[in-house]
Amino acid sequence: MAYYQNIFTQVQPTGPASHGVPLGKGNSPRTGEPLIVHLLGRIGNAQIGPIYLGGLGLASLICGLFAFWIIGFNMLASVNWDPIQFVRQLFWLALEPPPPSYGLSLPPLNEGGWWMMAGFFLTVSLLLWWARMYTRARALGMGTHVAWAFAAAIWLYLVLGFIRPLLMGSWGEAVPFGIFPHLDWTAAFSLRYGNLFYNPFHALSIAFLYGSALLFAMHGATILAVTRFGGEREIEQIVDRGTASERAALFWRWTMGFNATMESIHRWAWWFAVLCPLTGGIGILLTGTVVDNWYLWAVKHGVAPMYPAVFPAVVDPATLIQGVK
Amino acid sequence: MMKASSGFFRSISIAAAALAASTLLTGCERPPIDSVQHGFRGTGMVQVYNPRLLIPETHKNVVPDPIPAVPSDGPRARDAYKNVQVLGDVSVAEFTRLMVAISQWVAPNEQCTYCHAPGEDFSSDSMYTKVVARRMIQMTQAINTRWTAHVAQTGVTCYTCHRGNHNPAEVWFKSAPQVQATRGLLGNDAGQNRASPNVGLSSLPYDALREYLSSNPQEIRNNGATALPTGNRSSIKQAEFTYSLMMHMSDGLGVNCTYCHNTQNFAKWDGAPPQRVTAWHGIRMAREINTGYIEPLTPVFPAGRLGPTGDVAKVNCATCHQGAYKPLYGVSMLRDYPQLGRVGTAPAATTAAAGGARR
Repeated sequence: MAYYQNIFTQVQPTGPASHGVPLGKGNSPRTGEPLIVHLLGRIGNAQIGPIYLGGLGLASLICGLFAFWIIGFNMLASVNWDPIQFVRQLFWLALEPPPPSYGLSLPPLNEGGWWMMAGFFLTVSLLLWWARMYTRARALGMGTHVAWAFAAAIWLYLVLGFIRPLLMGSWGEAVPFGIFPHLDWTAAFSLRYGNLFYNPFHALSIAFLYGSALLFAMHGATILAVTRFGGEREIEQIVDRGTASERAALFWRWTMGFNATMESIHRWAWWFAVLCPLTGGIGILLTGTVVDNWYLWAVKHGVAPMYPAVFPAVVDPATLIQGVK
Repeated sequence: MMKASSGFFRSISIAAAALAASTLLTGCERPPIDSVQHGFRGTGMVQVYNPRLLIPETHKNVVPDPIPAVPSDGPRARDAYKNVQVLGDVSVAEFTRLMVAISQWVAPNEQCTYCHAPGEDFSSDSMYTKVVARRMIQMTQAINTRWTAHVAQTGVTCYTCHRGNHNPAEVWFKSAPQVQATRGLLGNDAGQNRASPNVGLSSLPYDALREYLSSNPQEIRNNGATALPTGNRSSIKQAEFTYSLMMHMSDGLGVNCTYCHNTQNFAKWDGAPPQRVTAWHGIRMAREINTGYIEPLTPVFPAGRLGPTGDVAKVNCATCHQGAYKPLYGVSMLRDYPQLGRVGTAPAATTAAAGGARR
């Protein structure tokens, strides 16, 4: 039984390293001699490389490193070049967007200018990496599903750091680059707009996020459970259902009355994962631009429940004292 | 062979998982955690406490035994002593008893000599500590008579803040401007993103109290009053400043957000715990204390007592509360020292006080 419960891969077929399919015209050569690492084989494929870098990958890496350096050196300078404080406070440090007073104008370097530059390079880097994923998938004759799933994540990133600030008329609305600072920003965002949990697109995004985790667990468990019947050959079994497929389907029909198929489960999973940032991005985009207070919006549309009063009635003291706000 | 190998990897993986778990857990607070309902069931209206961490707090909040009461009749202090400007209408016995109490509350080691220079007449104002102490008595009387919306009948005494220290343990100064390397070309922290105890070790703006608890306070509220945008231009950065003030209050009182706010919407008064009204008055009270009583004393203090930008030590919520939801868990010391609850001389800086109370 332990064989099926182990988190580590139990079987490692080894042989001559694969250099990959021949590449057509317009492709760079692959770099690096393949390497076999047994420990990596415990969690994935034991073979490392060769890597395909190419023009897009190289440009993306350079732009990404620019962004990384701009953010990192600003963080280091913010603790007065003290490496100990840099390490101690790393999770607290950040590169902040311009103050709201600058609106959409170009701020001085040290008042958000570096943030804009880092954002520019990071965005270019992400878009180049997207193009690289697309062209690499095409070069292998694959579909471009991975690239489009990545595009969904880029959409959320662009809404947060570019499209929404543009619509709000202030770069100061954007997210800082920092570990804790971007989390505090998120909490402040929800507080400013009257509780983001009443934003229906935020709710959808959470449903797709948790739903993705649930589907992943259900699918992973099902395939592992029918591995002894050849269930790992799931793609073949889309059209040629063997006993593994039949048993898995029967199991879910017995337990919940309905089952996905070897094909549909992957479509479910892909759409759940992609809809998480897609709906989340829509929710962010509507916040402040179209809706200013999600709680009041939910009250207006009968979404927010009214709870019985447990405290004595409380009145805003500012409304009781003349001239006081 | 297969069996031995899988056993080896199982022990490796268990060891790795244990190491990872223990590393992650070092960032956590050791249980037990008690969750106490404070609002309608199922709405997340709870206060979270760790009883183990509350025990040292209870030791910090023990009230000293009162000095036995003395007659309030007999000659008045102003007739018996010279230069009694504030407590002139209390009896000589009460006056002496209060002086003894104050020396125990504020300077238990130096006693009288902390404010009265040795060898000089008690009426001398040569020591700055005496000038400050007089103003602080006026402040205490003003709090107890004019701010009952916050301190109720419990009131405050010198001990509420001082607790045997010359300076209250919890005070705040304006932060020094960030030291910016490389001629301010890069590294601007925008007034936030430091592990600052002022804001409960969050990365929120660390100098937010100056925006709210001193003169020219900023607007705290930033939620719109309508569902759709109708001109509320409050930014997320402003929300972060408000959040900083709230983190200070939460930390200073040892409570969660839901002690004052309902979980549906923090701006909504309807359905909020009544503590929020008390806190609202408390913010205004702290402002008036700072602008009307503490800040005007700045020139009186020696330079060593001032902050990095030359400002005086000011009060915030933690100055009195010191981590407790009510200072000294709500025990009234004022009852034993009613002289501190009478209307004293009106504050000299009434204009500053009025300005501070506006918003």
